[in-house]
Amino acid sequence: MAYDYEKSLRPGKLPHIWCPGCGHGIVMKGLLRAMDTCGLEKNNTALVSGIGCASRLPGYVDMCTLHTAHGRAAAFATGVKMARPEMNVIVMGGDGDGTAIGGNHFIHACRRNIDMTYVIMNNFIYGMTGGQFSPCTPTGDKASTTPYGNPDPTFDISKLAIGAGATFVARTTAFHATQIDKLIAEGIKHKGMAIIEVLDDCPTTYGRRNKFRSVVDMMKRLKDIAVPVTAAGKMTAEQLEGKILTGVLYKEDKPEYCEQYAKVIARAKGAK
Amino acid sequence: MAKKVALMQGNEACAHGAMYAGCTFFGGYPITPSTEVAEVLSNELPKVGGKFIQMEDEIAAMASVLGASLTGAKVLTATSGPGVSLKQELIGYACIAEIPCVIINVMRGGPSTGMPTGPGQSDVQQAKWGTHGDHATIALVPASVQEIFTETVRAFNLAEKYRMPVQVLYDEIVGHMRERIEFPEPGELEIINRTLPTVPPEQYKPYDTSFGDVPPLAAFGSGYRFHVTGLNKAQDGFPTTKAEYVDAEERRQVRKVEGEVARAQIELNEEYLTEDAEVLIFAYGSTSRSARYAVNELRKEGIKAGLFRPLTLWPFPEKRISALGKQVKAIIVPEMNLGQMNLEVERVVKGSCPVISIGRVDGEPLNPGQIIAQVKEVK
Ligand SMILES: Cc1ncc(C[n+]2csc(CCOP(=O)(O)OP(=O)(O)O)c2C)c(N)n1
Ligand code: SF4
Ligand SMILES: [Mg+2]
Repeated sequence: MAYDYEKSLRPGKLPHIWCPGCGHGIVMKGLLRAMDTCGLEKNNTALVSGIGCASRLPGYVDMCTLHTAHGRAAAFATGVKMARPEMNVIVMGGDGDGTAIGGNHFIHACRRNIDMTYVIMNNFIYGMTGGQFSPCTPTGDKASTTPYGNPDPTFDISKLAIGAGATFVARTTAFHATQIDKLIAEGIKHKGMAIIEVLDDCPTTYGRRNKFRSVVDMMKRLKDIAVPVTAAGKMTAEQLEGKILTGVLYKEDKPEYCEQYAKVIARAKGAK
Repeated sequence: MAKKVALMQGNEACAHGAMYAGCTFFGGYPITPSTEVAEVLSNELPKVGGKFIQMEDEIAAMASVLGASLTGAKVLTATSGPGVSLKQELIGYACIAEIPCVIINVMRGGPSTGMPTGPGQSDVQQAKWGTHGDHATIALVPASVQEIFTETVRAFNLAEKYRMPVQVLYDEIVGHMRERIEFPEPGELEIINRTLPTVPPEQYKPYDTSFGDVPPLAAFGSGYRFHVTGLNKAQDGFPTTKAEYVDAEERRQVRKVEGEVARAQIELNEEYLTEDAEVLIFAYGSTSRSARYAVNELRKEGIKAGLFRPLTLWPFPEKRISALGKQVKAIIVPEMNLGQMNLEVERVVKGSCPVISIGRVDGEPLNPGQIIAQVKEVK
């Protein structure tokens, strides 16, 4: 029997705004399955996003949804979680939203290790505004503002998250659709900041400028560059050249921010 | 029973006013001359189970209070000019999404880093026009430590009642000055909380105008699911580009503050010897204290001067200023800026009398002597 996505979607809000072949829809389906696996209560889950094609996702999902301003999702989500720690908080957004304009909020949310799950949809480009380069566009690639090739070095989002203090960091791709929900579900269950980076595709503004002839080509590339972190140990540096590691890249138990603040409250109220 | 009395700083009074109003969440970023507000609240809020968070910058601070407000918390952030400039993006978000919040701006010299420890009043037009797009503004301008307490309470009330950001602007002088303050007893000042929906969750629309110009706001996590966005939206909260929906929502959001009935409830002014005044001084904040002194001195010399002191700066007291413009020979507007509110006075009196600006931006308070000299010149 086909999986019932409708039960988690808002009636009457489809069709979505995404182009045919856009990877964001695959990630949304993964999110819905993960919510199911974790038994998240709709009324008790806040889905927060910034601005971009990726960030339009919450509008379709039947939860408490907050479509904020460009880059600010993690900071809004921090307020939601601090004020109501019993709520599940999930952030969804693009690579540009999360690592350029929202980069500061991203690293500080990681540093606090506040209990939320941040799914960052990395399509290597500013899709919504028509394909300008983002901090995640590979060096040398073409974007509407890098007609001679991108001179900028690239962020490794997962490394950034680990360095900033996130205690669960995982990566997968839109090709590995069934891994998406597994990793998101693990992230939701993890107490602390969980970052799930999903490499996906924007055929409309990135693919066509970078010699991908079809969405299938783009998916093939995602398939080819992914190496499960569990397999990487047996591979040579040469074999790993140009590859990205997928799976759970980092996991650590560390005090969670709201729990730490609960101790502040206890001390303020006179506990020793 | 005698009231509790203390000698305290304006910024401390602001924090205590917030606690009295029922504030349960503060998100901030340190900046002189506002920092004491955060320091006091970091101490007071957890005592009552409230939350204090120091964010990574003022944009994040503003975002955190908006997120918290959507869960039903009464929220505050405090900053000064450079921080207010950063907050503008999300002040606009709070306007369009209609999220109650209070923003304290302890004004210093500017632009940019300006004079961190010097007073200024140069953010008063920014309060109205700082964020892009058409929107309503409520801004309050207390002039004493006692008034910072009561106006902070009023700011919370207005934010909750009208479902929007309310700014409280006071200059560094009143922010750091120590004065006697009498604490109101619990229950003595009115406390207003936002209207919650009474309809069942499946019928709830976050911008349902069948409940009037200020629709009830549900809290995330309370059993109501809805969508919040900074895009133009219809009454159901979902984005729309349909002209008639966008137009109706935009106009309602301005009307809810600038309509006749709302204005009467939001505007608050003090008039001192204006009945027979021939020269009017329009002054707010610490400058109004110099102005009052000047009026007393001038009256001793038989010069009929009067003071109009707004406590609500925005919406601007148009009706009363227009009437006074027809009564007096001139209106003098002393401000610690190079002439900002005088433009609004001029707009409103429509040429019925001259409007004279006295500006000062050297980090020194505007003194009564300057005002007295100007009044004598027009007499
Ligand atoms: C303050 C601000 N600056 C710029 C923009 C324009 N803008 C909208 S979406 C976007 C890029 C989004 O890219 P990304 O987050 O990668 O999402 P995608 O569209 O690729 O899914 C930009 C620059 C904006 N909305 N707000
Ligand atoms: S522009 Fe790109 S990111 Fe945006 S919807 Fe289309 S394919 Fe997806
Ligand atoms: Mg992108």
